[in-house]
Amino acid sequence: MEKFETLNALVCPLDRSNVDTDAIIPKQYLKSVKRTGFGPNLFDDWRYLDPGEPGMDHSRRRVNPDFVLNQPRYEGARILLARKNFGCGSSREHAVWALTNYGFRVVIAPSFADIFFNNSFKNGLLPLILDEAIVDQLFREAEASPGYRLTVDLQAQTVVTPSGASFPFQVDPFRRHCLLNGLDDIGLTLQHGEDIRAYEARRRTEAPWLF
Amino acid sequence: MTAKTLYDKLWDAHVVRTEEDGTALLYIDRHLVHEVTSPQAFEGLRLAGRKPWRSHSVVAVPDHNVPTRDRDQGIADPVSRTQVETLQQNVRHFGLTFFPMGDIRQGIVHVIGPEQGATLPGMTVVCGDSHTSTHGAFGALAMGIGTSEVEHVLATQCLLQKKMKSMLISVDGQVGPGVTAKDIVLAIIGEIGTAGGTGYAIEFGGDAIRALSMEGRMTVCNMAIEAGARAGMVAVDDTTIDYVKGRPFAPKGAYWHQAVAAWRELHSDPDARFDRVVHIDAAGIEPQVTWGTSPEMVLPVSGKVPNPDAVADEVKANGMRRALEYMGLTAGMPVSDITVDKIFIGSCTNARLEDIRAAAEVVKGRRVAGNVKLALVVPGSGLVKQQAEQEGLDRIFLDAGFEWREPGCSMCLAMNADRLEPGERCASTSNRNFESRQGLGGRTHLVSPAMAAAAAVTGRFVDVRELN
Repeated sequence: MEKFETLNALVCPLDRSNVDTDAIIPKQYLKSVKRTGFGPNLFDDWRYLDPGEPGMDHSRRRVNPDFVLNQPRYEGARILLARKNFGCGSSREHAVWALTNYGFRVVIAPSFADIFFNNSFKNGLLPLILDEAIVDQLFREAEASPGYRLTVDLQAQTVVTPSGASFPFQVDPFRRHCLLNGLDDIGLTLQHGEDIRAYEARRRTEAPWLF
Repeated sequence: MTAKTLYDKLWDAHVVRTEEDGTALLYIDRHLVHEVTSPQAFEGLRLAGRKPWRSHSVVAVPDHNVPTRDRDQGIADPVSRTQVETLQQNVRHFGLTFFPMGDIRQGIVHVIGPEQGATLPGMTVVCGDSHTSTHGAFGALAMGIGTSEVEHVLATQCLLQKKMKSMLISVDGQVGPGVTAKDIVLAIIGEIGTAGGTGYAIEFGGDAIRALSMEGRMTVCNMAIEAGARAGMVAVDDTTIDYVKGRPFAPKGAYWHQAVAAWRELHSDPDARFDRVVHIDAAGIEPQVTWGTSPEMVLPVSGKVPNPDAVADEVKANGMRRALEYMGLTAGMPVSDITVDKIFIGSCTNARLEDIRAAAEVVKGRRVAGNVKLALVVPGSGLVKQQAEQEGLDRIFLDAGFEWREPGCSMCLAMNADRLEPGERCASTSNRNFESRQGLGGRTHLVSPAMAAAAAVTGRFVDVRELN
């Protein structure tokens, strides 16, 4: 997993609540057996005016000029600003892959759906929770000032605006540690193999029908 | 001893170790696998030179991509075919239990797990699918996971997780005739919202839940995720134990008696404390119909489409406006004026025998309305289909003008050929009414099987209780 320490990047505001994972990456793209190549299809139904299918040359499709991601001022954005309950619905990790394949490293929202939140950390995408009032303020600033950038510092756990305002955020110490160091948590868990085997031995006597 | 919730008991029984910050290594008893969210996990396992920790715990089945007709011709879409074949290769390579297309036991993963007794009370159950919450109906801790976690569970038999908060949703009293589990859970989501359960494990209790069959409890737990909760659960009682008894993967002989004794403890203690308690009056629940593009946008069938101008919260009002536009509805319109183009009876929410029986009872002796272009029944498994055919239910549907299909996820998410065309409106027994969920530009209204059947024969939403 790619490390995450600090990021100073352009912000793209997506002003909708309850953005579901079906909207982030529509079902037809879930047929892929890979973790890459989802970037062109991030928000596919909103981003293009014509229907998309896997295997198409997406650069030749008709783009929806009204959709925020297609506006030239947000080109190269790596921080997505979103509303509450971002990532609700399906458990598809393809939603996170689509965001990271596109280039996003941070999603800021007042709240996230649990499974999406969890999937993000496994892929070096930081889902960052700020109070609704602060998110409102960031939306106003991002929409009012072209080229609006934020600095996200995971070590210091702060989001800093261009005017120097700094907002602290919370993140689980374990997840922060893994992100900062780009750690593979399977490797970490396997270090506790003896504990897992001891649990199994105990459980085998308590609930033998499970084995 | 401190009083424990059902969730506390399930959690405590599965913790292998806990880190200082509260992150626990949670042991997983049953890992259900389907073709969509597993290929990258198997690939990761292979690339790292790892093997499944306990291959015996895995049950795999293709369901999302499978065609629901002309199965003898295989899968027409080459990309779908590759995904199903990849699952086949992976289960063969790693030696996992597998029910391929054509096996009578094949079906939707959340239907076949319980049907086979692969889901048992007291288990931790995971699957790379958010509707894994379904299995909580058995007094199990069941959660949807992402593909990285699928790989993690395959490699280590564990999940890294922090304990969630606990919520009790007590549905008090009894629902009236014609009101089903689906209506109960839609009413709950309407009450607490699609993020109401975020961060919580929900236990569903109260007399109305106790009165439900296992099929009904599965419908309720299935949609816990639509209320934002990764896990939903119901305490074990005789209904649970009677359902499990004799199923192929269920314990037998002395183990059965030992297991039942342990399962009897799987309920919240009388004095257990929940972080949040919600009471719902069962008698007040009418048959429900969703009107918008989120499951919380739901109304009783007697209701009228709401007016965003009456909502103070601007973000919410804008969401409602967008939903009205997408759905092609106007504020103030009675739900009963909404006509439908297609009917879908199926999905992990409502494709069990009881659901099909309920729909058949409404359809019997009637015809699909002239304005309905397609009415589909997609049983949840080969065994559900077989049993329904033995009861003659397929004839009832076919005589009425329905199509009777092979088992799979089908038009719940339209990964196979079954889908809505742009602008088409569907009465669907599935779980998500998101934009384009059932096909690009399609409009989904979530209802119970009986309400979907009533919409099929009348061509619009009617109160199924007034049909009989």
